[in-house]
Amino acid sequence: MKSSVLLAWRYIAHYRARSLILSTCIALSFLLPFSVTGLVGSYSESLVSRSQATPLVAGALGSRYDLVLSSLYFTGRLPRSLSMQEADELRESGLASVVPLVLGQSARDFPVVGTTPDYFEKRALVVAAGELPLVLGDAVLGAEVASELGLRVGDTLLTDDGSLYDLSLRSPLQLSVVGVLAKSATADDRAVFVDVKTSWIGQGIGHGHVEPDAESPEVLATSSDEKLVMGAATYEFTEFTEANQGSFHFHGEPKDYPLTALCLFPLDARSETKLKARYRLSDELQLLEPTEVIEELLGLVFKAKRFFDANSALVSVATLLFLALVLLLSVRVRQKEIATLTKIGCARSTIVAVFGLELGMLVVFGLASSYVLSLAAASALRSLLLGA
Amino acid sequence: MQARGGVLVDGVRFRYPAAEFELNVPAFELKPGELVACIGTSGIGKSTLLALLAGILQPAVGTIELGGQDLGALGEEARRKLRLREVGLVFQEFELLDHLSVRENILLPYLVSRVLALDDEARERMLALATSAGIEALLERHPRELSMGERQRVAICRALITRPSVVLADEPTGNLDPTTSQRVLELLIGEVRASGASLVMVTHDYSLLDSLDRVVDLAELTGVPA
Repeated sequence: MKSSVLLAWRYIAHYRARSLILSTCIALSFLLPFSVTGLVGSYSESLVSRSQATPLVAGALGSRYDLVLSSLYFTGRLPRSLSMQEADELRESGLASVVPLVLGQSARDFPVVGTTPDYFEKRALVVAAGELPLVLGDAVLGAEVASELGLRVGDTLLTDDGSLYDLSLRSPLQLSVVGVLAKSATADDRAVFVDVKTSWIGQGIGHGHVEPDAESPEVLATSSDEKLVMGAATYEFTEFTEANQGSFHFHGEPKDYPLTALCLFPLDARSETKLKARYRLSDELQLLEPTEVIEELLGLVFKAKRFFDANSALVSVATLLFLALVLLLSVRVRQKEIATLTKIGCARSTIVAVFGLELGMLVVFGLASSYVLSLAAASALRSLLLGA
Repeated sequence: MQARGGVLVDGVRFRYPAAEFELNVPAFELKPGELVACIGTSGIGKSTLLALLAGILQPAVGTIELGGQDLGALGEEARRKLRLREVGLVFQEFELLDHLSVRENILLPYLVSRVLALDDEARERMLALATSAGIEALLERHPRELSMGERQRVAICRALITRPSVVLADEPTGNLDPTTSQRVLELLIGEVRASGASLVMVTHDYSLLDSLDRVVDLAELTGVPA
């Protein structure tokens, strides 16, 4: 057997180009099924573990998938929001820990997530450097955001412009990086976390500007002894400093400030039941169990995978037939070699074993290459599809 | 060295399936240690005779004894094992495996068989044969890197590595120039005589005949007019 392996290996090694082409054919034909299997595996694992860590999600009525995926992965933009009042009422009910999420903004294409310090506690996120955001304008970066943008504690980061040509939109905000999270291998690695108030300022609900002053007539439209009216020359602060922190304020009722979603962590099963009952009849809000929604989503993914599997099976059969043809032609081409071996006394079974080992080695090399390539492909696809 | 490897052919008749050609050898004896040249025109059956003596082909009629064993009484597997141990084959076109090194080509009978054990003694014998053939510096090369003469010397070493009692050479100098032919033949005859084996060599090169003990004209042997 050892000698047969040696003979087979010598043939493969001597005819490298031929062997490489055959191995590559095998590798490529199995790359897609391996990649899809790896991707679906990691996709489902990622979705399931993240959903299991978030018992309930509340948000405005609309697409179930969008709400859950936005809440878990900060993707997309939800057309409707719920109000801060809902979060306050839930907190007051004492049924669950309530973690608000304000989404929709981005910084250098990474999602900006407005939330409270509870979020970090519930997700078991810890800082690798610096501290968690405490005041307006502070930002904590996910590990991959920091490494990809090359940012460290003390650096600044601008939020993205909504539109260059829409002058009514808020100007980008300059955020101060106060912390970088340790890597968690979740979507949190690719997000920028700020306080909810910072998010609201980013949305234009709150702002900061110079105090109206009779001695600064250039920013005033009109002035009298009783009233100062600010003019168009007044500019809003786009960065947060110790000097201007006090000038930031909000207009309107705090209870009406918008939230994208609420992550709810019920105190117990009884509280969870009560929470579900509370939302069951709501015309405006919905309460979802992410695990249920994710299972539905995975059902769709596995249906798509079955199509890929069928296609891959056909491609694999075609490859095997191709290999069989190559083997038959190879036997014909190597008739002289076979005749020599037979004449000197080599058993037919040994010749078959050597040829079989050659084929086996090519298949093993092909499959191994395919597997390694599929890991890289699955990782790239995962990052493309999930942003994680 | 004790003489070995007698061959006795008695009343052999062989015909390839679906072919007109028939080889008849009423009687032929190769004495132990004897070196015989077999001559004859092309197509008369010289290579077929060697294949019959090696047990590769089986006659329809008659018996062939190799070292006292009746090949016809043995099964295919037993003949194969006997061939591995007792017969060394040298071909006109060398028939070396291009993907193996010279060392591995010489040791090939050991690599393809469980009958022969590839031990230190076999490796030492390979080295001694290679040295004797003047190819000891070429052991790690591949056949395509060698000259024709070097390739045939490798083939001769492969034929002799198992210490066969009978060496069958089918026009071993057919592809070589006269000078190289002479050297290769000296090597083959010298090594066969040294080992005590017997030799049947098919050849068209009549200048070589003086080096051998006897010359057999296959036309006379078979009764076919030349």
